[in-house]
Amino acid sequence: MAELPKFIRPVTAAGAEIGHAIVLDKPLELDCGQTLAQPTIAYMTYGTLNAARSNAVLVCHALTGDQFVASEHPVTGKPGWWDEMVGPGKPIDTDRFFVICSNVVGGCMGTTGPAEMNPETGKPYGLTFPVVTIRDMVRAQAMLLDALGIDKVLCVIGGSMGGMQVLQWAASFPERVISAVPIACAARHSAQNIAFHEVGRQAIMADPDWKNGTYQLHGTQPGKGLAVARMAAHITYLSEAALQRKFGRNLQNREQISFGFGADFQIESYLRHQGMTFVDRFDANSYLYITRAMDYFDLAAEQGGTLAEAFKGSKTRFLIISFTSDWLFPTSENKHVAHALNATAATVSFVEIATDRGHDAFLLDEPEMYDTVRGFLASVASSVGA
Amino acid sequence: MSLRPDLAAIAAMIPQGARVLDVGCGDGALLEHLKKSKQADGRGIELIQQKVNACVARGLAVMQGDADSDLVEYPSAAFDISILSLTIQATRNPREVLGHLLRIGRRTIISLPNFGHWRVRLSLLFGGRMPKTPALDDEWYDTPNIHLCTIADFVALAKANGAVIEQALALNERGRTRPMRADAWGPNILAEGAIFLLRKT
Repeated sequence: MAELPKFIRPVTAAGAEIGHAIVLDKPLELDCGQTLAQPTIAYMTYGTLNAARSNAVLVCHALTGDQFVASEHPVTGKPGWWDEMVGPGKPIDTDRFFVICSNVVGGCMGTTGPAEMNPETGKPYGLTFPVVTIRDMVRAQAMLLDALGIDKVLCVIGGSMGGMQVLQWAASFPERVISAVPIACAARHSAQNIAFHEVGRQAIMADPDWKNGTYQLHGTQPGKGLAVARMAAHITYLSEAALQRKFGRNLQNREQISFGFGADFQIESYLRHQGMTFVDRFDANSYLYITRAMDYFDLAAEQGGTLAEAFKGSKTRFLIISFTSDWLFPTSENKHVAHALNATAATVSFVEIATDRGHDAFLLDEPEMYDTVRGFLASVASSVGA
Repeated sequence: MSLRPDLAAIAAMIPQGARVLDVGCGDGALLEHLKKSKQADGRGIELIQQKVNACVARGLAVMQGDADSDLVEYPSAAFDISILSLTIQATRNPREVLGHLLRIGRRTIISLPNFGHWRVRLSLLFGGRMPKTPALDDEWYDTPNIHLCTIADFVALAKANGAVIEQALALNERGRTRPMRADAWGPNILAEGAIFLLRKT
C-alpha cells in the first residue's frame, strides 16, 4: 500500500467530511490564456493504491456528474452515479484497483468553478470565471495525479463528456495512459449537440433571477431556467423508443386530459421532476461553463483537422463502447474515433451495445457493457502485472 | 484448447511477428494463437457482440463491425496479412470485400466452403432441393451464405481482382489440408473447402 500525501482540506457537506480536496501549488494554465493561480480539486478515491502505484484507474465524470462515482451523494443521498460499475467485485473492482474521480474544473462540487470564491476579489467568480475546455479539465486531473504521486494510470474511463476527457487524456498524455475506455462520446461536439446546449444556456440566461450571472450576490437562484435547461437536455439522453415504452401517452394521476397546462402526461411530470431535483444539486453558471467546454471540444482541430494525428504512435490500449439507440453520441461518431485509431495502428477494440435506452445507457444496468469493461480491464491489468 | 485444423493451416502460412487483420475473427481463437505462437500483432473484426466481448477479455483488439461496410476505413498495406476465413460466402459484395482485403494486406488468406463438392452436386441433381451438407446446413431461406461459390468460381474472381495465388490448400471434411493446384478440376469436386494465400500483382 502506497503512502498518499496529506490533504489540505476535506470537502464538507452539512458539517461532515465528504471526500478530499487538494489546493494545487502550481497555477493551472488554461486554453483561453488565463491562469487559475491555486485551483482546488475535489475528488474521491476508492480502493487502495498498491506499493508499485500501478493499479490506479481514473474515472472521468459527465456534464452533470461529480466525484461521487461509487458513494452516496452528499446532497441527494442517492447512490454513486456509477455504483454498478465501480466497487468491490464490480467491473472496475475496487478490491483490485485504486479508483480516482475528481470534480472537473468549472464544476460545482468543490473544485474551483464559477460558484467558488475568487480569492482576489473575495466574491464568487460568476461570469468572471475564465472559460475552460476539456483539455483544461484533463490538465487539472494530471496535476492531481502528480500531487498524488501517480505517474501512470492503468486506465482512464468515462462516458459522454467523461469520454471526451478520456480521449483528451490519450492525446495529451499518451505515456501516462496504459488503457483508455471512452464510452458514448465523440472526438468533437456536433452542431446538433451544440444547438441543444445553446437552448439550455439561453433558458438559464432568460431567467430574471440569473442577474447576469451574479445571482449569488443577490441571494437568488435561476432555478426555473436551470430546470428548463435540464428538461431539454434530459430528452436528448433518452430515446423515442424508451420514452414510448416508459410513458407512452399515459396520464399523470388523472382519468382524462384537463384542458389546461398542468402536467397531464406522465412524461411532463417526469421531466418537471428531473428539472426540479437538478436545481438542488447544480449551479447554473457551472452548467453554462461545462456545456461550453463540451461545445469547444474538437480533438482533430488541435491537429490540423486530422483526428488520427492526435493518437499517432500511441501505445495506449483503447476500448470504445457505443449504444445503438444513442442519438446524442451515435455509433457513427464513436466508430469514427475507432477508425482514426486504426489508421494509426493503435490497439483499439470497439463494441456497440444493443439497447433502446439511448445515451443514458452508459449510466444504467447494461450487463454487456459491464462484461466488456470487466474483461478488458482484467486483461490490461494482467498484461502489466497490476 | 487446440486450434481448429483449418485455422491451424492458416496459422502455418503466417510468418513470425506479422501484423495480421482477421476479418470475421469469431471468439479470437486464431488471433490468440498467432499472438502467442508467432508474436503476431493481431487485429480483428467481428459482427457478433458477444464474440467481440470474448476477444476483448482475451486481450485482443477487435472491432465490432462487418466486412462489407468497415474494410473501406482501413488504410492500404496496413497489415502484412489480411484473413477472411469461411466468411466470403456470407458477404453482400464478395468482389469488393476481396478487393479491400488485397489492398489492406500485403498478402491475403481466404478460406471458403466449396459449393462444387460432389456431395453438393449430387444432392441437387438427385434430391432436387437446395443442397445441405455438414459444412452448409442451413435452409435456403435462412442461410447467411448468400454468395456461395465453387473453388473454380473463386479462382476466377481472384484473377479478375488481379490477385496471384501463391499457395492453395484443399480442405477435407475433417479440416485436414493438402496442397492442390488451384486450377485443377479434381479438388473442385473432391475438396470440401479450400484455403488460398493471395497477393496483389
